[in-house]
Amino acid sequence: MDFLDKDNLQNDLILIAIFAVAILTMPIWLEPFGASYPDLMQKFAIFGIFATGFNILFGLTGYLSFGHAAFLGVGSYTAVWSFKLLGMNPIPALIAAVIIAGVFALVIGFLSLRRTGIYFSILTLAFAQMCYNLAYSVLTPITNGETGLRVLRSDPRIFDGNGSDTGPLVASLFGIEMTGMAGFYFCAVVLILVSWLAIMIFRSPFGLMLKAVKTNQNRMGYTGLNTRPYALAAFVISGMYAGLAGALMCITDPLAGAERMQWTASGEVVLMTILGGAGTLMGPMLGAALIKYFENIFSAFNEQTLEHVFSFMPEGMRDATVSLAGLFVGEGWHLTLGLMFMIVVIFLPGGIIEGLRRLAKAVFGRKRPEQSHAARDDAAQTAR
Amino acid sequence: MDQILLQILNGLDKGGAYALIALGLTLIFGTLGVVNFAHGALFMLGAFCAVGLYQLLTLEMVSIDPNNMTPWGTPAEIRQPYIEAWFGEAGSTMLNFAVPLSILVAIPIMLVIGIVMERGLVKHFYRRPHAEQILVTFGLAIVLQEIIKVWFGANPIPIPAPEAVSGSADIGSWFGFAENAISYPWWRLVYLLFSVAVICAVFAFLQFTTFGMVVRAGMADRETVGLLGIDIDKRFTIMFGIAAVVAGLAGVMYTPILPPDYHMGMDFLVLSFVVVVVGGMGSLTGAVAAGFLLGILQSFASMTEIKSIFPGIDQIIIYLVAVAILLVRPRGLMGRKGVMEG
Repeated sequence: MDFLDKDNLQNDLILIAIFAVAILTMPIWLEPFGASYPDLMQKFAIFGIFATGFNILFGLTGYLSFGHAAFLGVGSYTAVWSFKLLGMNPIPALIAAVIIAGVFALVIGFLSLRRTGIYFSILTLAFAQMCYNLAYSVLTPITNGETGLRVLRSDPRIFDGNGSDTGPLVASLFGIEMTGMAGFYFCAVVLILVSWLAIMIFRSPFGLMLKAVKTNQNRMGYTGLNTRPYALAAFVISGMYAGLAGALMCITDPLAGAERMQWTASGEVVLMTILGGAGTLMGPMLGAALIKYFENIFSAFNEQTLEHVFSFMPEGMRDATVSLAGLFVGEGWHLTLGLMFMIVVIFLPGGIIEGLRRLAKAVFGRKRPEQSHAARDDAAQTAR
Repeated sequence: MDQILLQILNGLDKGGAYALIALGLTLIFGTLGVVNFAHGALFMLGAFCAVGLYQLLTLEMVSIDPNNMTPWGTPAEIRQPYIEAWFGEAGSTMLNFAVPLSILVAIPIMLVIGIVMERGLVKHFYRRPHAEQILVTFGLAIVLQEIIKVWFGANPIPIPAPEAVSGSADIGSWFGFAENAISYPWWRLVYLLFSVAVICAVFAFLQFTTFGMVVRAGMADRETVGLLGIDIDKRFTIMFGIAAVVAGLAGVMYTPILPPDYHMGMDFLVLSFVVVVVGGMGSLTGAVAAGFLLGILQSFASMTEIKSIFPGIDQIIIYLVAVAILLVRPRGLMGRKGVMEG
């Protein structure tokens, strides 16, 4: 409940300013971690948006959706269609993706939110699996089936390409091509904007209502309040965030595939949110960054890298260490993920944010709440 | 008519697998109140018990055949499984019946795995929110899956069914249809009978033994049973083990139908959760009925006639039915009030 007692604008402005600086300087301070290449940082930003949106539904409102990847996929397809029809400008693609994903979320949420608990989870899962299977088979004219949808030179693209043989096939914002660092900065700016929006939602009376829905829905009902519209609004907002993330994926790489909608992708965002700390502002983003970091860095480790890392050891010991560590990296990085995940859920139910908070408490002792709050946010920033 | 019968049969063995997994899930949920996302992994572990035994039985002895020369002038090698070399005829029979034999191996292994899992991990999550239970068991499922992948590799490993039941049965002639109108693989028939037998055994165990009676009482009201001086936790732990055995056996017997690979558990998990929810969380009969029902519906939906009217229906029928049932009957087909809501 710590966000309730400091809903003053100034603190939030400081928070978002620190956050913006941290995000925009990522290429500098991620250098020592070997993560400062644009592809990975784009993923940090995109999955940060996805997880932040999911957090509005799960962390704030308490509904565990297992089908959020569907909105990601819908957003992706919409963005690519916007490229195909309108041209490679990312702005209309973003707007269209958010709107279409929102409409989808409205329909699915309207039906799913009639149930709570695991029934809600299974309903969203069922809807998402339906979307996935339909995108894979029946809707091939729209989704191009298992090949995936991509922008072609022959597409109409009424505003730029117009079927000509020249012209780029990457998204470009008024001449700036959305690849590499430019793509990252575009995602980063969007991330900062929607994080600001998320903070506003958290602090608003609407956010308070969502929190109340999570705490005790029955009691809310007894006070005469209909909670369904609030939950539905949260569902739609988080669906829009997911659609936005999906569109950004296509802006940095104009290709949409059905596998983005599979239930494992929905599971991934749940993992990100829990790992970072559900219900906290920065937690989901932190979790998303961590999982994407492991996925990209750990899975790239091979035996030579490991031998290099452990080269200080005597030979026999090195071989043993390398083969043992080899289980956890490269192909086997999922093992690391699963273990990390179990450890966090077992020992640190509040996620990494909770851990940092405890750490800050241990280091700085019990100070005035304002300061510990700032310290925690600082710690969260530096840990990214 | 024969087409319909064939589709029903086709659906029944898949339905049997769904029903067995869903039965175990519901048992765990009904007794311990834990949503076990690692249940698919238990199914997979069962299948890999069979793989392990099969690989053990087919370990080959290499010897040199002095009477037979290769074109290069060196003696040819004879490769023969040890079990045949040592036991002759009996050995080959054992090899032939590897899958049914794995049941004997799988029961103790799965029982131990289930009990260790419950005591080591799940025990600490009774009082925690369902979301956390889902997440920790999901993490466990990933870990188990990866261990299997490291051990057995990522490719599917085909295991043959015993020769005696490897062909197809001419079921049509039993019911008075024309000959070969309905031919059906023997092993699928065996699987169907097996799953029915296991389901009956579990129900009989719960219905007719004192142990089962206490467990049922504990499912209804855990506290009161505890107050009577019965160590209900221990019995629930054993029930977790039994649920693991049921899932494992479903996996063992499924190996000749679907060559096991490391992610088969996840594939079945989602479907079996849908099955459980359609049947009604916590209802054993509901889980079994929904398992068979959805299996049959799926096989009907994969008929070409139906697919030509509704393309892609075979992929989504289960989810469609799940959504429809959940929207009409909030607690599934046979669910009780107040289970897993809120």
